[in-house]
Amino acid sequence: MDKPIELPDRLAEKGVSRRDFMKFCGFMAAVLGLPASFAPKIAHAVAKKRPTVVWIHLAECTGCLESFIRTTYPWAADIILDTIDLAYCETVMAAAGDQAEQVLEGVVEKQKGQYICIAEGAIPTKDNGAYGKIAGKTFVEIAKHVCGNAAATICVGTCSSYGGVQAAKPNPTEAKPVSEVIGKPTVNIPGCPPNADNMVATIVHYLLLGKLPALDSKGRPLFAYGYLIHDNCPRRGHFENESFVKEFGDEGAAKGYCLYKVGCRGPETYNNCSIIKWNQGVNWPIGAGHPCIGCSEPKFWDEMAPFYVGKG
Amino acid sequence: MARVVVDPIPRIEGHLRIEVEIEGGKVKDAWSSGTLFRGLEIILQGRDPRDAHLLTQRSCGVCTLVHSLASVRAVENALKIEIPPNARIIRNLTHAAQNAHDHPVHFYQLCALDWVDVVSALKADPKKTSDLSGNVSGRPQTKKYYEALKGKLKAFVDSGQLGPFANAYWGHPAYKLPPEANLMAVGHYLDNLRQQVLAAQMTAIWGAKNPHLQGHLPGGVTVVEQINADRIAEYLYMLREQIKFIEEVYIPDLLAVASFYKDWTKIGGNKNFLSYGDFPQGPKEPDDFYFPRGMIVGGKLELVKVDPTKITEDVTRAWYEGDKPLYPGVGETKPLSGEKLKGAVPDTTSKDGKYSWLKAPRYDGMPMEVGPLAQCLTSYVGGNKEIKETVDGVLKKLQVGPEALFSTLGRIAARGIKCLVNTKQAEKWCMDLIENVKKGDMKTFTSYKLDESTNGEGYGLNDVARGSLGHWINIEKGKIKNYQQVVPSTWNLGPTDGKGQKGPVENALIGTPVADPKKPLEILRTVHSFDPCIACAVHVIDPHTNEVYKFRVS
Repeated sequence: MDKPIELPDRLAEKGVSRRDFMKFCGFMAAVLGLPASFAPKIAHAVAKKRPTVVWIHLAECTGCLESFIRTTYPWAADIILDTIDLAYCETVMAAAGDQAEQVLEGVVEKQKGQYICIAEGAIPTKDNGAYGKIAGKTFVEIAKHVCGNAAATICVGTCSSYGGVQAAKPNPTEAKPVSEVIGKPTVNIPGCPPNADNMVATIVHYLLLGKLPALDSKGRPLFAYGYLIHDNCPRRGHFENESFVKEFGDEGAAKGYCLYKVGCRGPETYNNCSIIKWNQGVNWPIGAGHPCIGCSEPKFWDEMAPFYVGKG
Repeated sequence: MARVVVDPIPRIEGHLRIEVEIEGGKVKDAWSSGTLFRGLEIILQGRDPRDAHLLTQRSCGVCTLVHSLASVRAVENALKIEIPPNARIIRNLTHAAQNAHDHPVHFYQLCALDWVDVVSALKADPKKTSDLSGNVSGRPQTKKYYEALKGKLKAFVDSGQLGPFANAYWGHPAYKLPPEANLMAVGHYLDNLRQQVLAAQMTAIWGAKNPHLQGHLPGGVTVVEQINADRIAEYLYMLREQIKFIEEVYIPDLLAVASFYKDWTKIGGNKNFLSYGDFPQGPKEPDDFYFPRGMIVGGKLELVKVDPTKITEDVTRAWYEGDKPLYPGVGETKPLSGEKLKGAVPDTTSKDGKYSWLKAPRYDGMPMEVGPLAQCLTSYVGGNKEIKETVDGVLKKLQVGPEALFSTLGRIAARGIKCLVNTKQAEKWCMDLIENVKKGDMKTFTSYKLDESTNGEGYGLNDVARGSLGHWINIEKGKIKNYQQVVPSTWNLGPTDGKGQKGPVENALIGTPVADPKKPLEILRTVHSFDPCIACAVHVIDPHTNEVYKFRVS
């Protein structure tokens, strides 16, 4: 190809009109908390040559990638095929073994300092990292090499951000967050898993402004983690009125009362679940009568547990 | 003789390494290695038993809610809690939705590219593709649609940025589909990437979110007021849309692809199958299960009864200490570390060399394949009418006998059959829920006592998307004393045992033809047919204790 095909043409080929595309950009601007006037800029940023992204799976459960593919507008296929060049991702890629590793190595060599690395999972460090390997290389080696040479590393999920479930006490494999192993700060999109909307919004922010979104002291994008679950909870009124579920299955549960007394960690958890909810707004934990477990907070498996015991 | 290592195996959950020895164009020997250890069972010790379902669910974000289900059942079994009918139905509906999501994702996103050559699709004639879709698919598309799809694919390839399709085995001689079938399949690959979003929404209706639901709890489910007409209708209409997708797209594609690869009904089979059974229709387990509990032994089509006390795990070839197979509840297992682990480098060549973080589960000393094929076979001989009719229909359509099921292709077909039957059955369970609500029954939770005086032992045996899943729990003074998970992918992908018996995947690989050892596409076909899920499989152990735990299973 002499010149790259412009995005609107690419979209037109599959029947997406410019109007649909602008609608999507408007949606992304809304998720990012940007004024609507940013929408045209998003369109411009997305239309350039697709930036290379590698997604590495470390000590994890793949729940973050699964969450990512639950995105709509943009749909996962649109992101993967039209927006970014997802060069390496074990869970979706066709290539196997040596051929897969060649692709990864090619990106690190030829696009040093230019690609984005998305890291899912923590890094076992005990016994020089022998508890986690791909193609004979430890996760420690892989992270230092792949994240170390990236333009930026975005940690998706509580595991890569803070260590997650395998780092819970007594942390048998001495699992650590990515930033600690590579010795560089990372953007952290915690959650077990994070909401697809927050992952996608962060990526688009990078594409739009050429820089990472504003972060809090824990490396989290403020647009998503600048809120306490509790502050925007639809059951907040019941909290104020002291109408609580005292035991699962009681009258309060049937009436949708506040779950604070049965363990809800909404008052100490920073995330936007109570605003954007889950799976296209179908539901979310408190909506289903289940307490928030604080899954986007560091060390939540230790500090928020036991989960069904109220702190109040 | 050539040794070939495929590491990583892509399009699975988790980290898997497969090594094979090839002689005369066929696999002569095979070794399957899990290459990650996380140690969740150790982390569970000392915690509140009610928290276990949240923590074990993080075994896997693909299987996601099934570990929650196994865990709450284990606690209920230990504490003798009988859950209300509504809770049982809600769990069944959410689990059925999970299967309705999981199986098509496996077919399209994880295994299709072993059979579908994406690059060949560029040569497809859009008119002929449209005709083909009219003949085989329940969702025929126009010539114009396929022109646009082909144009999109061409633009993608011409961009030089091939993303997840780079450097694969395109053009390999083992790809047999005509270009038009490949183009149709590419279209459906993209369609399912959208469809799966809807299927996941179904699990979120009463499970709060997906992945990793938050709606179960030992004693029942947390939803109460959301078991209303609005939510039931939402589930029902999404379910019907998903059934349509399975009937009109997934099953026809499965049959179309299978018809070009009938030689794969003779490759990759096993003889022993275990199914715990699932989907309780009443309080008695396993008698009330919709899919029955049972085994097929030695390839004989008759149902053999399961005695869970005969389950053992062997660590001869895994990176743990121990010298005899043990019942999973008797957790005398320690992972090697330091000098003994020697960096966890797989040793497949020396006798009893260790090469995996997976243990080798056995039933009465025998390796057993688990998964949808096992579920279909045991249901077929166990009197499940819907499974029998659907299996017979598929065999007739493909013009093959029942022996064809014992193969790589049989495994892939069984997954589709089970998915269809299971999803359609959920509609009936939805009606049961409506009847209960009509009667004014809104009970979803059974309360129970759990404090420092609480002791108990129990297990939860489920049959989930990838096969037989068991959680064992020992509660002492209200806390978890010991917790064990024996999961489907450990059964299927575990290593050779002390008697030299290969694990099911290793055994299935032997005899697989490999046209080009540098491009072992055929190996991926058989490995993927098991739908491996390695994150679940590698923390099924309790490495830091020598203590012998006793479990009584009756």
